[in-house]
Amino acid sequence: MFEQPFLPTLIIFAPTLGALALVLMPKDNEDSLRYTALAVTVATFLLTLMLLPGYDISNPGMQFEVSHEWIPNWNINYQLGLDGISLPLVLLTSFISLWAMVASWSITKQIKGYLILFLLLETGMLGVFMATDFFLFYVFWEVMLLPMYFLIGIWGGPRKEYAAIKFFLYTLFGSVLMLVALLMIYFNSHHPESNEHIFDLLLLTDAAQGNEGLLNPVMQQWAFWLLFIGFAIKIPSVPFHTWLPDAHVEAPTPISMILAGVLLKMGGYGILRIAFPLCPVAVFDGSTVLVAIGVISIIYGAFAAMAQTDFKRLVAYSSVSHMGYVVLGIGVVGVVSADTASDYWKMGINGAMFQMLGHGVSSAGMFFMVGVVYDRVHHRNLNEFGGLAGKMPLYTGLSAGIFFAGLGLPGMCGFIGEVFVVLSAWQFSKILAIIAASGVILTAGYILWTLQRVYLGAEYKGPHEEALTPMLARERIVAGVLLVFAIILGVFPNLMFQYMIPSIQKLTDGMAGQMAGL
Amino acid sequence: MLANSINQLITDLPTQIGSDVTAFLSELVLCGTVVALLLGRLLGIDRKMPGHWIAMAGTLIAFGIAFGNVYANGPDAYQVGEDAQLFSGLLVNDGLTVFFRLFLLVFLVLVIALTVLSGIPDNEDGPDFYTLLIGATIGMMLMASANHLLMLFLAVEMASVPSYVMVGFLKGKRLSSEAALKYVVYGAGAAGVMLYGTSLVAGMLGTGQLHLVAEKLGELLSSSSEGGVGTAMSTAAVRTIVLGVMMILVGLAFKLSLVPFHFWCPDAFEGAPAEVGGFLSVASKAAAFALLIRVVHQLTGLEDLAVPLAIGLGVIAVVSSTFGNLAAYFQTNVKRMLAYSTIAHAGYMLTGVVAMLVALEDGNQMLATDCVEGVLFYLSVYLFMNLGAFAIVALIRNRTYSEEIADYRGLKSECPWLCVMMAVCLFSLVGLPPLGGFVAKFFVLAPVWEAASIHWSMGVLVGFALLNTVFSLFYYLKVPVAMFIADRPEDARPARTGSTEAVFVLLLTAPILLLGMSPLISKLSLAAERVAHDTITVPDADQAGTRTSTSPEE
Repeated sequence: MFEQPFLPTLIIFAPTLGALALVLMPKDNEDSLRYTALAVTVATFLLTLMLLPGYDISNPGMQFEVSHEWIPNWNINYQLGLDGISLPLVLLTSFISLWAMVASWSITKQIKGYLILFLLLETGMLGVFMATDFFLFYVFWEVMLLPMYFLIGIWGGPRKEYAAIKFFLYTLFGSVLMLVALLMIYFNSHHPESNEHIFDLLLLTDAAQGNEGLLNPVMQQWAFWLLFIGFAIKIPSVPFHTWLPDAHVEAPTPISMILAGVLLKMGGYGILRIAFPLCPVAVFDGSTVLVAIGVISIIYGAFAAMAQTDFKRLVAYSSVSHMGYVVLGIGVVGVVSADTASDYWKMGINGAMFQMLGHGVSSAGMFFMVGVVYDRVHHRNLNEFGGLAGKMPLYTGLSAGIFFAGLGLPGMCGFIGEVFVVLSAWQFSKILAIIAASGVILTAGYILWTLQRVYLGAEYKGPHEEALTPMLARERIVAGVLLVFAIILGVFPNLMFQYMIPSIQKLTDGMAGQMAGL
Repeated sequence: MLANSINQLITDLPTQIGSDVTAFLSELVLCGTVVALLLGRLLGIDRKMPGHWIAMAGTLIAFGIAFGNVYANGPDAYQVGEDAQLFSGLLVNDGLTVFFRLFLLVFLVLVIALTVLSGIPDNEDGPDFYTLLIGATIGMMLMASANHLLMLFLAVEMASVPSYVMVGFLKGKRLSSEAALKYVVYGAGAAGVMLYGTSLVAGMLGTGQLHLVAEKLGELLSSSSEGGVGTAMSTAAVRTIVLGVMMILVGLAFKLSLVPFHFWCPDAFEGAPAEVGGFLSVASKAAAFALLIRVVHQLTGLEDLAVPLAIGLGVIAVVSSTFGNLAAYFQTNVKRMLAYSTIAHAGYMLTGVVAMLVALEDGNQMLATDCVEGVLFYLSVYLFMNLGAFAIVALIRNRTYSEEIADYRGLKSECPWLCVMMAVCLFSLVGLPPLGGFVAKFFVLAPVWEAASIHWSMGVLVGFALLNTVFSLFYYLKVPVAMFIADRPEDARPARTGSTEAVFVLLLTAPILLLGMSPLISKLSLAAERVAHDTITVPDADQAGTRTSTSPEE
């Protein structure tokens, strides 16, 4: 239907076009605004699905490549592409955005502004996952800051201003560090032919894997840790995680879904797309630290989640814990031997990638489920819940399913990633793997305890008991779809692995080749 | 031989003056406009035809001439080296001049349009106000084209004196008069210091020609350091020169409102009408930067002393941006906050000039070109974002009679477009992508970062600039937070604005978006690069005629 090269651009800017259309629409007719925005997210999702038939699974490199000069005198290009690392995340983004949009029916205040910002946010997220020019990546990375700030700041809970500025400052600080790394990399890069400085990530990757390398080992250390802190803030890893609970608790439900489902993945993606290929030496040197940060995040997040009495805060800390597996899986580089890409190493990264997808689905679902009950009783105090199973049986069933997916029950999406990561971590350090695996038990502990406190029990004794009405059709659809996908991903993980494995193989081979050359 | 050359001069003079006047036509048109405005008042024409029409027409003609010249001749619209000199070397008509001429004329058109919309000045005061406004602009254009220490001083004064009056233009307001007085006293002091500096430098070097300064400085230094290495500062002559240069820089720092010469700035901006604040914050800074680039470009003649001087300027840059941002945080008045923000922005831009000096001292003209290019690009974006912010402040003031941030609460429900545009301007001032402010900051800071390989302190400058970016978010955000997140108080004045205002502001903010996302970035940066290149690489006197060989391919 569309010429292939236009497809990535169209996907990125379809939400922007939708936002422009919304600007021109009158603000009183809320239904038409909502349905237009929904249509735009549906269209974007369908467009991303149209990528699949044209995607060649056997080709590990960039596909659907687009490259236009943007600022030629600085060698900045408008350059897009998709490989097995970005494609699943693009699908996740448009998928979660679609269901978050459906969940946005609960937003009633200033709906026009909300929908416009929502769509602009989607453009930023899709752009991050598709950009293959470092400068463009950075621009998209920042583009989603402003919509997110206002979405939390205007439509959030009681402490929205505090939460919004905290989110903004943390991320901006991280981006500034990333900008320094960007400058370091730019001024050390050379175009293979013209010898000018470049931002092209593909050429930069080639250069980093070439004989001379891109940066000398000392600069690699600097660049890598600057980039890592920038990305770790987004993931978020302990000790950079403190913005997340506040942002999540104050954000409206659909925005929490996007925040947990997509935004956190940008951190992991950035590490795999930029920090790893460009600074391989520093990665190998720092792998122990990465693994340690991952394990600490898992355990700390789990304990913190256990201590919460606010339902949403608990889910937020569970995100910190689950994203710890991502850092752990990414961090187990060079297990067995650095020079060859061992299966365990690839397994770790594959597991981390899958954990991002699984967590994207399950955490969005968990936040949605919290939102459903919050919309009814207007509190989230775990100690005042109980007995929801009797009042809202369908809701309880769906919630239990989604929370089990988050827990990592075999057969559901959370399991695959955790198992892969822990198995490869075992090869790296048995003690750390045992600690990480014990995180699974802690996770089971707080999730089961939560289920018990919220859904089980004789009767609901908290406020607004009369408001506990059954789920609306709209809510059932969102919860149902997310649960179904959590199961599909758990049963057929190869649906996603088939895209990732070749590209991750290419990434690890390249890094190992660079190490072998030293 | 002397008689011969005098004869030559006399025969050449008429043709020479003719071509000089052609290059100077835009300024002359503006002078004519001033005369027309004054005469119009004398003859009572201003009753029938408001002053702003005359001012607007004159400015548009001047812009048409300047733009037409560039459009028709492309890069040949200006000369390089000695060919570029006008009026026996008092002025130059090089790329920098042409760039700032266009810059200031576009800006003047926008400011006049803003004053028409916002109704300051009223019909009665119109001719006076536009006389001052255009007069100051002519002064700034002269600043951008000054090639002689005498012109440097005259141009700065010509730009300053009308500015003092404009700051005090709201005659009935105490705050306005107080602001003008502070500005005058401070300005007079700075002017005196600068005049002393120019006379010291001119006296010691035996010339006032700016393009000869580097050469003469070199000669002087080499002759005075013959006694041995490290004696550069030992002779009285060199110390005097350095003192003179620093005094000139003090005068320019005053115009740029750099710390510690910034004290006038917040008071002047708070007391002055927002329109004047917008004008001063952009035009006067731009002209001062043009002049600063010209002066600093010659300081490479200081050789060993150039890098210490650069580091001194770098310290001023860091202190300015840090102090500006910290002080802005505590402001409750929008104009005062923006005043501190302009101090911070002057600091960012100064880092580019500092890096230029370091790069030139290292002989790296490519890098110096990039630095100047960054500053020019920054100024171009700064024009729109700062004027946009001040314009919105003025338009909102017309409805609510307030410039306090607290009175901006909940404005989004009253005038959503103005609020969105204000957010665009302020976030661009922070330097967030995809707005022009980010690209501008990047273009300034990237060459500074590259200059870190010459001297490590340049990396520190970048670090501080980036940290300041994060700090600055705190106070810029206060305005959008008030506008979008807070609710409108019950007793607040209605602030609905008309669509003309919204369209005008949209016109001001559209370039911010375009210069952040569209291919226009590369157009502007290429133009800036070209101008920077021709400014930095002045060909030797004997090569002056063959400029095609030294200019980059288009």
